Amino acid sequence: MSLSLRRIWGLMFRHIALYRRSWPRLVELAYWPILQMSIWGFTANFFIARGGSNAAVIGGAVMGGVLLWEVALRSQMGMSITFLEEIWSRNLGHVFVSPLRPWELVAALIGMSFLRMMAGVIPAVLLAWALYAFNLLSAGPVLVLFFLNLMVMGWAVALAVISLILRHGAGAEALAWSVLFGITPFSAVFYPVSVLPHVAREIAFIVPASHVFEGMRAVLIDGRIAWDELGWAALLNLLWLFGAILIFRRQFQVARTRGALISIGE
Amino acid sequence: MDVIAVSHLSKRYDETLAVDDVSFTVARGATLGLLGGNGAGKTTTIAMLLGLLVPTSGEIRVLGHNMATDRFAALARMNFSSPYVSLPGRISVRENLQVYGHLYGVTNAKRRIAELASELDLESLLDRAAGELSAGQKTRVALAKSLINKPDVLLLDEPTASLDPDTGDLVRSWLERYRAETGCTILLASHNMAEVERLCSDVVMLKKGRIVDHGTPQELLDRYGRVDLEDVFLDIARGRTTLEAPE
Repeated sequence: MSLSLRRIWGLMFRHIALYRRSWPRLVELAYWPILQMSIWGFTANFFIARGGSNAAVIGGAVMGGVLLWEVALRSQMGMSITFLEEIWSRNLGHVFVSPLRPWELVAALIGMSFLRMMAGVIPAVLLAWALYAFNLLSAGPVLVLFFLNLMVMGWAVALAVISLILRHGAGAEALAWSVLFGITPFSAVFYPVSVLPHVAREIAFIVPASHVFEGMRAVLIDGRIAWDELGWAALLNLLWLFGAILIFRRQFQVARTRGALISIGE
Repeated sequence: MDVIAVSHLSKRYDETLAVDDVSFTVARGATLGLLGGNGAGKTTTIAMLLGLLVPTSGEIRVLGHNMATDRFAALARMNFSSPYVSLPGRISVRENLQVYGHLYGVTNAKRRIAELASELDLESLLDRAAGELSAGQKTRVALAKSLINKPDVLLLDEPTASLDPDTGDLVRSWLERYRAETGCTILLASHNMAEVERLCSDVVMLKKGRIVDHGTPQELLDRYGRVDLEDVFLDIARGRTTLEAPE
């Protein structure tokens, strides 16, 4: 293993060890996705029972939306909260004086975000299949592209949140839980972009998730793969990620200049 | 060869000059004591030496590497311990040391952890959560972490704070032996003047961010006409000059 990979694994190992010893943290990973799936699954079943076959298709799209939105949410929260764990344990001083490069820190946070997301979403996917006979995998291999795009969007947002924490200290930590909810109305998770007012549609266009969910509905409702939507999602994600990296690099340097890395927990 | 070379180092936070034109060098195998009251600039200087803080002006070279442009090459051969920077408390001492073994690329980390546990009397603590330990035990664990990579340069901030006199003495003896065996260069910030007299070959006295005096402990004692560094420290802190200091 190269030294770089070893350093990335070292930081991931620290968090895996933490989860191994803390069952409340493990439960918390799956709690919210399961709760969301339960509520929306019963709601969808109610509409399906009242509305017939069309409602069944729409109900399936709603359940798919719930599950896929959790991919973005869990990816963003997983990365932000893993960084916050270092602040809460007042360990950042040791981490930043080790040979761990900033990009290796980000890679370790992404690795932990992926593990946390899978630990949260897989139980919810299984629950949807067991309770509501909704099989997300029926979307086919394109599901991998949906997952990938939503994860990357989550990571870009998380990197921006971490940058704000570096800039404003732990006072900005509430953003780790709330920021993505602010994007939800423009992400077209449960409804198509076309139902939004004109201005909101313009905003939705620059949100990668809106293209993913339009693509998901194309698969689940029309049975076709909307490559154009996936292309837009990928392009926007590249732009978001590039922007987030620039912000992170800038804020990390500002934090080193202002001494924020020493007093970030305050 | 100077392992640490600090040249005209300054750090300004808005209107406050925390470190003001500080220069010093530390030779290989030497131990430099960085002394001064609260707000003298010790922590700021150490933070800049570790690359945590960007200087406003001046240059720092550690092991020949410029910390402004090449800090990671130096950081791999350095380490740091402070009772004021915690290790993750929810994971075990062994896991903590494993984490830092990975971060510093230690070969055969398992054996290194066993060596340190034996030498610092940590064997019975290895599988306990780091957060459950007493303050003294945490200090010993932090010291073990700082030695995990057999550093060539060790920066210690109050290394024996919270230790009882017996354990403090053991740690000082261990540091002396480690330095003698490895040729490690140590920079030590401490308020324990007996510790400074025992461990340090050179002392830099800081006040309001500036170096107000420096020399070997004996030179400082002679200059101020004192029998221990505690009195020298008080003379400097209270603004008495060498001439004013009582016989």
